[in-house]
Amino acid sequence: MMAFINFLKPKNQLEEGGRSALAVHQDAGEPEKTCPNCHKDIPLSKLWANQLVCPCGHHFRLKARQRLPMLTDKNSFHELFRSRRSSDPLQFPGYREKLETVRGISGENEAVICGAAKIGGVSCCVFLMEPYFMMGSMGSVVGEKIATLFEFATAHRLPVIGYTVSGGARMQEGLLSLMQMAKTSAAVKRHSDAGLLYIAVLTDPTTGGVTASFAMEADIILAEPGATVGFAGARVIEQTTRKALPREFQTSEFVLEHGFIDSIVPRASQKQVLTQLLKLHTGG
Amino acid sequence: MTPYELVKSARSGSRPTGLDYIANIVTDFMELHGDRRFADDPAIVGGVGRLGDTPVTVIAIEKGRTAKERARRNSGSPNPEGYRKALRLMKQAEKFGRPVICFVDTAGAFCGIGAEERGQGQAIAENLLEMSTLCVPIISVLVGEGGSGGALALAMADRVWMLENAVYSVISPEGCASILWKDAAKAPEAAASLGLTAADAKALGVIDKILPEKDLGQTPFYESLRRALEAELEGLSRDAELLTKRYDRFRAMGAAESLQKETV
Repeated sequence: MMAFINFLKPKNQLEEGGRSALAVHQDAGEPEKTCPNCHKDIPLSKLWANQLVCPCGHHFRLKARQRLPMLTDKNSFHELFRSRRSSDPLQFPGYREKLETVRGISGENEAVICGAAKIGGVSCCVFLMEPYFMMGSMGSVVGEKIATLFEFATAHRLPVIGYTVSGGARMQEGLLSLMQMAKTSAAVKRHSDAGLLYIAVLTDPTTGGVTASFAMEADIILAEPGATVGFAGARVIEQTTRKALPREFQTSEFVLEHGFIDSIVPRASQKQVLTQLLKLHTGG
Repeated sequence: MTPYELVKSARSGSRPTGLDYIANIVTDFMELHGDRRFADDPAIVGGVGRLGDTPVTVIAIEKGRTAKERARRNSGSPNPEGYRKALRLMKQAEKFGRPVICFVDTAGAFCGIGAEERGQGQAIAENLLEMSTLCVPIISVLVGEGGSGGALALAMADRVWMLENAVYSVISPEGCASILWKDAAKAPEAAASLGLTAADAKALGVIDKILPEKDLGQTPFYESLRRALEAELEGLSRDAELLTKRYDRFRAMGAAESLQKETV
């Protein structure tokens, strides 16, 4: 589904992660991860020292909680609404069991974490969607947490930074999942009408009902390199149109070229870019 | 009918389409074309007219009645420019203080290369964002298929009504079955589980009213729908709390009851 991206090789140590990056030496027998882009086996310690970005530029998927220390100032994150868990409103076959399993796998109660934090010293609200919880699919609780976070941010006059990753609406909650697109949009609009800043960072993959709601409603939309960003699934489009898909179809690069996002920001620069934008909007 | 039979019937082309509703309910209708950005999408028909004596903006998804019309109208699967045209007409309605009536009937927003290039997701998102605070009453009537975000983009309304045999779903039963069970043949089971009937949507609080289909497509049917719309608009037009109620309407959907009181 994901298009093959040709990342430029880093030319020097600076591009590879900066001189300040820890010098990492591979231990004998250390586990490696194969990069789907350059097909090299990269030792995990080296990947972790580089925020799980391959030297070739490929951004591996991160758990929401793994992003927190990369994004927020030390000890500044206060989680909100953590206890909220999905029920099974439609008694959908297998859904309860699925929820139990993914709660175990992801260590999260739901597919988004929300909270208040500081980024570069600026107070803000953050939400980060969780790829290892049903691929960030949006059910009632995801919609409820995000809408409540925007209401909280509006009441406290705080900007919102949101990291999206989602396969779309969660079909096991049927129409209630679909309605979360409306609910979150309305909350984003109230926050926006209050003159407050919302920045979305689209990560791999951001699709379906999340693309068609709060991911595309931010004042400033950033994306990680090479992320899948689109509305309909690539396979569905191929089946519907019976046409070969263009190169780099539905990637960050594609939506940037077509005018739907503001900038592609590699993981290593995200905190600095977000800090700069936050300060530009808050008089800091 | 079983839920899957309802889905098939809604797709069959035997039901009245968007243009039938406009022709039989709205007088002095003048179609207004184009999104002023890229193109005119024939899958969505919009314009101005009268409901009784009241000027209204009407927007309808039109699937087409003949094979040729269906090809021209992409079988009622709108492209981004269709949603942008709809939003342009809604903003125009707001400017002139006219209520908006939408007739929704689509398998979904079109899944095409051009649709993605022109921002299908962004177009739907913008409609949801803007409709949430549009300062005139909006009533949406689901008359056939209500296909996911492509239908919701014209149904973020003060009142959402559904014909008794219409369907409204987050995903097609076939899509659901092939993703969850790797077997599109299990679509009937998926249809039964998705809660996509008018009665399900009503029970979930997603729609406000189920419209009986007695005399569907006949004059008495359209007459009673027109009277119902007129009466509802009358009330909505005088409601000073319109936007607050619209917000609360969607805000309440899928709220986690027991956990809602958590202090933040």
